[in-house]
Formats: sequence, C-alpha cells, structure tokens
Amino acid sequence: MIAIPSTVRRSGALLSRILAALFGGYALAALTSVATLALPMDEVQGVLTGMLLSFVVYTCAVVWVFAVRSATRAWVGLLVAAVPLVLMAWSVWSQGGAA
Amino acid sequence: MKRGKSATNPVPGIRQTMSDLHIWTGLLVGWFLYAMFLTGTVSYFKDELSQWMRPELPRQAEVPDPAVVAQLVAAKVQAISPGTSQMSLRLSDARNNSVNVFWRKPNEKGRRAFAEANFDPRSGEELSARETTGGDFFYRFHFQFHYMPAFWGRWLAGFCAMFMLVAIVSGVITHKKIFADFFTFRWGKGQRSWLDAHNALAVFGLPFHLMITYTGLVTLMAMYMPWGEREAFRTPQQRQEMSAQLSAFIQPGKPSGEAMPLASVEDMVRQAQARWGQYNVSRVTITHPGDAASRVAVTRGEASRVSMSPQYLLFEGSSGKLLEVHDSVGAAAETRGVLYALHLGRFSDAVTRWLYFLVSLAGTAMVGTGLVMWTVKRRARLPDPQRPYFGFRVVERLNIAGIAGLSVAMTVFLWSNRLLPLGMAARADWEIHVFFIAWALTLAHAMLRPARAAWVEQFYAAAVLLALLPVLNALTTDRPLWTSLLSGDWVFVGTDLMLLALAGLHALIAWRVTKHRGTAAKPRRDAAAGARDMEGARA
Repeated sequence: MIAIPSTVRRSGALLSRILAALFGGYALAALTSVATLALPMDEVQGVLTGMLLSFVVYTCAVVWVFAVRSATRAWVGLLVAAVPLVLMAWSVWSQGGAA
Repeated sequence: MKRGKSATNPVPGIRQTMSDLHIWTGLLVGWFLYAMFLTGTVSYFKDELSQWMRPELPRQAEVPDPAVVAQLVAAKVQAISPGTSQMSLRLSDARNNSVNVFWRKPNEKGRRAFAEANFDPRSGEELSARETTGGDFFYRFHFQFHYMPAFWGRWLAGFCAMFMLVAIVSGVITHKKIFADFFTFRWGKGQRSWLDAHNALAVFGLPFHLMITYTGLVTLMAMYMPWGEREAFRTPQQRQEMSAQLSAFIQPGKPSGEAMPLASVEDMVRQAQARWGQYNVSRVTITHPGDAASRVAVTRGEASRVSMSPQYLLFEGSSGKLLEVHDSVGAAAETRGVLYALHLGRFSDAVTRWLYFLVSLAGTAMVGTGLVMWTVKRRARLPDPQRPYFGFRVVERLNIAGIAGLSVAMTVFLWSNRLLPLGMAARADWEIHVFFIAWALTLAHAMLRPARAAWVEQFYAAAVLLALLPVLNALTTDRPLWTSLLSGDWVFVGTDLMLLALAGLHALIAWRVTKHRGTAAKPRRDAAAGARDMEGARA
C-alpha cells in the first residue's frame, strides 16, 4: 500500500463525498427531471412532475452518499441510479433532435 | 473529522453518519435558515404588518365591493398612464386596505417601464402614505435576501433550503426513538435540555417543517430545475402553455392600433363574483386598455381552496364578452398549486393563520436550539474553557448575532418606520439600511462582549425595544393602543399586543440565560447519553 497519511486519505474521501452529494446529487436530480419527460403524459405535466420529483431524488442521493461505507460506494451508487435515468432521458433527447 | 468510536470500529453505523450529516448541514447554513425561518414566520402577517407600517391609511371598517373598486382604479390608472400596455390590480380585501397596482409605462423598456403604486379603494386616488416596503421587506428577504441580485439571493435560499431538507431527513434517521424523545424533557440539565428542546420542537412540527421546506423549493422550482423545461419546450408558444398552468398573468400581445374604449370592468368582475363569491376576486389584469385587442383577466381569490393554481375568467376588453374560463389545470400543475398554497398559507382564516405562525415559530426555535446546542456540547469538552479555539468562537458569536441580534434588528426596522423623517429621500431604502446597520452592530457587540453577557444584553435590548414600540406608536401616530381598542381596530390592537407579547418572550429568554449556570466548568455527567447521540466531530 502506498503510504498516504490517514488524515489526508480521510479528508480526501470526505471531500469526494461532499462533491458527490452536492454535484452528483444535483446531476441525478436534473437527470430525473429530464427522464420524467419519457413517461406517457402531457408534456407540460411531465415537466412539472420532473421538477417536483427532482428535490426528492436530490435529498435521497445526499443521504445515500453519506450513509454508505465508502466514498467509492457513494459514487457507484449514484452511477447505478443514473443508468436507467440516462436511458429514459436518451429517448427524450433523441426525440428532441428529430423534432 | 473524528468520530467518537472510530478507534474501535472503523465503519460508523447509519445513525452515526446521519448524525454527522445532520450536524454539518445544519450548522453550515444554520444562520441563513434561522433568518429565513423567522422572517418567513413574520410574513404570515405580512398584510397586517404593512397596514401597521402605513398608519396614515385609515382602518378599513368594511371591505368595499371589489367590482366597484376595480372599475374606479382601472379608470384612474388609464388616466395616469394613457397608452399603457398592461396593468395589474391586486384588489383590496379583508386584510388589505389599499389596491396595489403595477403597470407598464408606454415608450419605456426593461425594468424602468414598470410603475407601481397603491390606491385608495374608496376614492380611487393614489395614496400618500409614508414611503415604506412594509411587511414586504421581511417577505422578500426570506427567499432572496438583500444587497444582491434577486437571482443570486434566490439561489442561495434554495441552496439553504436543500440543506434544510437533508438536515430534516438525516435528523429523523438519527433519532430512532423519535416519539419517545418527544415526551422526554429534562429541565436544567445543560446539553440534555437543549437536545430535548430541539427534539420536542422538531417532532412537534415535523410534518410542517418537512412541508414548508419542500414547498419552499417548489415555489421556485422552475428556476432551480430548468432542465426538463429546456428540453421539452422549443417554442415560445409551448412555454406560454406551461406558464398558463402556473399563473393567471396574461401577457400583452400586439395591439390592433384600432381605438376602442374599455367596456365596464365592473360588469366583468360581477360575472366572476357570481361564480366565486362577492369577495373572492383577487386580481384584475388588463392588457392594451382602449385598444380593440384589449383583454381582461379576473382572477379568483385564495379563500375556500387550498391551491394557487390559476383560475380566471378572460374577457374581451372592448366588448366585455367572456372568452375563456380557466378553472382547472393538469394533475402535476394542480399538485404544484396545492404545495405552493400550503407554503404561503393565504387560504387561511385567522385561526389557521395563527397556527401557521406558531408552528413556524417553533421551527425557528428548532433551528435556533440546534445552533446553540453545537456550542453547548463542545464547550463542555474544551481543553481550556477560557480560551476556546477559533472555530468555536466564530460559531458562538455568529449564534448571538444571528439569533438575538436578528430580533434586535427586526425591531429596529419597525422603529425606523416610525422615526425616519416622512419627507426623506429614499426613505423606504433607508428603513432597510437601518435594519442591516443594527444587525451589524449586534455582531460587533457580540464580538466585543463575553458570550453570556452578549446573549443577555441583546435579548434584553430586543425586549425593551419591542415593549417600547407600542409607546412609540402612541407618540408618533394618532392610533395609540387605547384608541385602537375603542374603535375596534384589530390590526393595530393585534400588532401592539403582539409586540408586547414578544417583548415578554425575549425578556423571559434573557432572564433564563442569566439564571442558567454554565456547564463549562463542570465535567460531563452524562457520558453515556452523550455517546448515544451525535458524538461530535471536531472542527
């Protein structure tokens, strides 16, 4: 193992979690708001539903980031949650491009 | 960060991590949250406070007929600003003794094109009350602060609200025995008492705190989360379709250029009254009055429904013909409308409004006790209580100015409303400057004095200033408490009595702080309980 002082490693992990919570959480929330558009509902209602859901997703993401054992797990969890959302958002983006 | 049991157990449990999350999200933006909570709490009586701050406007013994008022004031604004492309009248009602109007001045662009004024609902004349922002200052401050562009202020408020949401959820996870904790109160036990108070206030108002924080984010969600909207809507028409689901404001289209006088606004409002009730019309918006393309929107009031979703009748201005009835929106838009209404509480009757005020005040106290607890816990463990480390001193002093100092500053704001010369230039702005100057002085005072003395002195200062406000009101206006009582002027009676009650509350807190023997010198007695909760991270 490389000799990194434990305090540095710990602060690095904490910083990583803070970034995951602030920006990863927001990204996941923003992704949710776009992915919601793929649901079969009126566009205006879809936009509003996405906005309403996004803050719930953001909160859960932050709690997740600090609840799990390590910073790596925190990021992995966010990425796993992002996969279905990206797939849904992708269908919206591709439609938007065609229109 | 160092955790209590991390030496033996490298992986802290979920309650430990959530406790850390709760402590740090709460502390980092705690002072903003406290100020947002307190000014927001006061804003439930925004209209009454505005009346109290404009003592020249006579008491409204009975609410004039909205249809007559709308006709009168709309004609007046047309006379003041012929050729205006848009005017919007917030009609007088049981809580407002004036008609607030904004309109677009012709031939001007941008923000300067908008004019705003208050009108007397009876005479239709522009009001000449003292220049003040009234209760609107606290209201605006609680979501966009001051001395910064509204855009950044609102982002900052949203950032803090998001922290609050996380602090609430992590706080709930931390307290497994949340309802048992609610019935536990240990008086005079230093840190335990603070924790019990914090828990009791939090559990008591938990549904409210959760609701008010989430709905606060919802009020500005289009700004915080614009991504879906940007993706879905490509044309102005689509965007307009969405704003029609959110607000009853109608935008001026193109005028036809053909002059045609505006039909009777009174008749249009009468049709709305027939639908929603005589006093349940809140706003009249008119575009291009005097033009053939004129439109008039009459908006439903907020009584007897818990929703801010737009419900309005759209008329052709020149003929007075009813064109469209907007009485429902989509499911998501209605959800948003209900959440928005829950935050503002404008649907409330007097009892519900007082309940809102009290629970919200409990929320303010929850944030305040949480902030104080941070120092109380750490003071007991200071290596040298006489010389606390820098971070501790910062939190301690900011707590004093952020909590006790805010009470002083808010009271001084009301003093400036009565004392600043009436003819002063930029008077309304100066009321606000005085508020911030007073707040800055409390911070300076908190830094110069020993912590406990600073707490006591500032709470007493707030108590004295609050108690003397009804006296000042009696000396500077012709509406002293006894006159208000005799004439049944409940807005003034209520405000004066509330100021006295708040004075009593502040004096009580100051007195408790004086009586309280510090825990700093004593060793920690309750080590097991201390380890149970929030074993602290050290700054």
